[in-house]
Amino acid sequence: MLKLSEITKTYKVGTFGGKSLYAVRKVSFDIKDGEVISLIGESGSGKSTIGRMILKLTSITSGSIEFNGQDISTIKKADLKDYYSHVQGVFQDPFSSCNPIFKADRIFEIMHEEFFPSMPREEWDEKLVEALHCVGLNPEHVQNKFPHQLSGGQLQRFLIARALLLDLKFLVADEIISMLDASTRIDVLNLLADLKSHGLSILFITHDLSLGYYISERAVILYKGTVVEMGETDKIYHTPLHPYTQMLMASVPHLDHKWEQKTTDLGGKVEDITEGCVYFSRCPLEGKGEQCRADIPPLVEVEPGHQVACCCFQK
Amino acid sequence: MSEPKKKNEFLYFAMRNGKLKVGAVIVFIFVLIAIFGPKFARYPLNEFVAGGPNPPSADFYMGTTAYGQDVYAQFVYGLGTTFIVGIIGGGLATLLGMLVGFVGGYKGGWVDEVLNIITNIILVIPTFALLLIMVAYLKLRGVLIESIFIGLTSWPWAARAIRAQTFSLANREFVDLAKLSGMKTMKILFREIAPNMMSYLFMTFILQFGGAILTAATLDFIGLGPTQGVSLGLMMNWATNGSALLLGYWWWFVPPGIAITAVVGALYIMNVGLDEVFNPKLREM
Repeated sequence: MLKLSEITKTYKVGTFGGKSLYAVRKVSFDIKDGEVISLIGESGSGKSTIGRMILKLTSITSGSIEFNGQDISTIKKADLKDYYSHVQGVFQDPFSSCNPIFKADRIFEIMHEEFFPSMPREEWDEKLVEALHCVGLNPEHVQNKFPHQLSGGQLQRFLIARALLLDLKFLVADEIISMLDASTRIDVLNLLADLKSHGLSILFITHDLSLGYYISERAVILYKGTVVEMGETDKIYHTPLHPYTQMLMASVPHLDHKWEQKTTDLGGKVEDITEGCVYFSRCPLEGKGEQCRADIPPLVEVEPGHQVACCCFQK
Repeated sequence: MSEPKKKNEFLYFAMRNGKLKVGAVIVFIFVLIAIFGPKFARYPLNEFVAGGPNPPSADFYMGTTAYGQDVYAQFVYGLGTTFIVGIIGGGLATLLGMLVGFVGGYKGGWVDEVLNIITNIILVIPTFALLLIMVAYLKLRGVLIESIFIGLTSWPWAARAIRAQTFSLANREFVDLAKLSGMKTMKILFREIAPNMMSYLFMTFILQFGGAILTAATLDFIGLGPTQGVSLGLMMNWATNGSALLLGYWWWFVPPGIAITAVVGALYIMNVGLDEVFNPKLREM
């Protein structure tokens, strides 16, 4: 359904824009119909940038994104609207997603105006009520209110309902759980799982590993804009191969035991790597050598449905 | 149900704000004079109806000029001209500032770069000198031309301020959401971004309004005002040419001076008051 081929985003930095900074570097993966992919990475790893590039909110420096075989970088005007009627996004902060001086319902009004201008009011209202029920909201409780009068969870579901009004095929969910409190999290997650069973594909962007495991079939681990490991969620979570993934998995808190005091040395982190493995300076592996410093390791398939980009797994 | 509540809140603070009330009342009085004053004029504008200068009397409410023209008629018509200059000049400057500021701040990139260069150039050009040259070139000048000249040269600071605000609003997620809804750029600018800075735009207009009146008065006073009609600045220009100051014809030059000072002063006081109404941090407790 959606295919990312070697997409790259660079920003010009430095006084005269002489240097370029890679926000995303040659990321390729594809998402099938009705599949949920978790995009996992720390802050600044470029995961939101990938989401924004899919939504055409950020331009792509090189590479291409194809939606059902069509390159999205060239679509404009009417086609773009058509694209947005199938591909939508929901963002992290539901409050800043609403214009603070208008009622929250206005986001639905805009949808009516932009996508269904000829639909009569009654029919639209029915459709809206249906969408609100679908996300588990009681229309009477939430309509005709300002954003600040609704809770974060309600508003987040509002925004999902907004996307559901369309003939939605693909949803970019950018950290949509992180602003919610624990009790409403699971509702929204279950809602996503429900939508998935109806054939919706979801790119689930998160920094929370357990949420990624809960919902997705496949996971992509991102570090400094580069994919370090990807594959089926089970395989990645149970046998993480890349040292970064291993470190991530080790840092997931467990309910039943306390952490022991341990110091991780991040001293080498400052070193700026433009060539070679992105994880080189933090890599704890004994076997790392000059090759890691010189070449960017490509993704290799170590077992079916599990790829890793590390020199130690190169043939 | 809190939409009317919110509007009432602004109205509530507006009604309680002394500065705003005083300013608005003064401006309102002068607007009334400009609208209804001409109805009570007993003599036609700029006609030589008296033999020479007369102090205010029952016959000539505000006296006559050294040439025997009715000052009252000049004053009420001049006041109207002043408001027209304020509305057209100030309005044009605000509109241009909005257009340049919105587009530059929203589009960014080279569009912003180009607009910024133009803004900066106009900002550093001594606009008053430019106005003098441009106005001096035209043989026949009306109030409209003068207003447009003023509007065309006084927008840069508004553009810069609006650009900065647009810049911060354009990166908010609700704008992303509007883009995802397929809204067109202009629609996003005027329906999503502009309403968030309505109070600021309103205050910009008031400041530009006052500024345009002052600039027009200055131009008129040094003799570069409209060649037809009358304005408050023109009255003062004529008064100076007629040596009103030396000969003690105070009724000739004091009213236009007071009117300009009062209107512009009241507008600026209104602006301070509005700032307090719109910005909760400035409200007196």
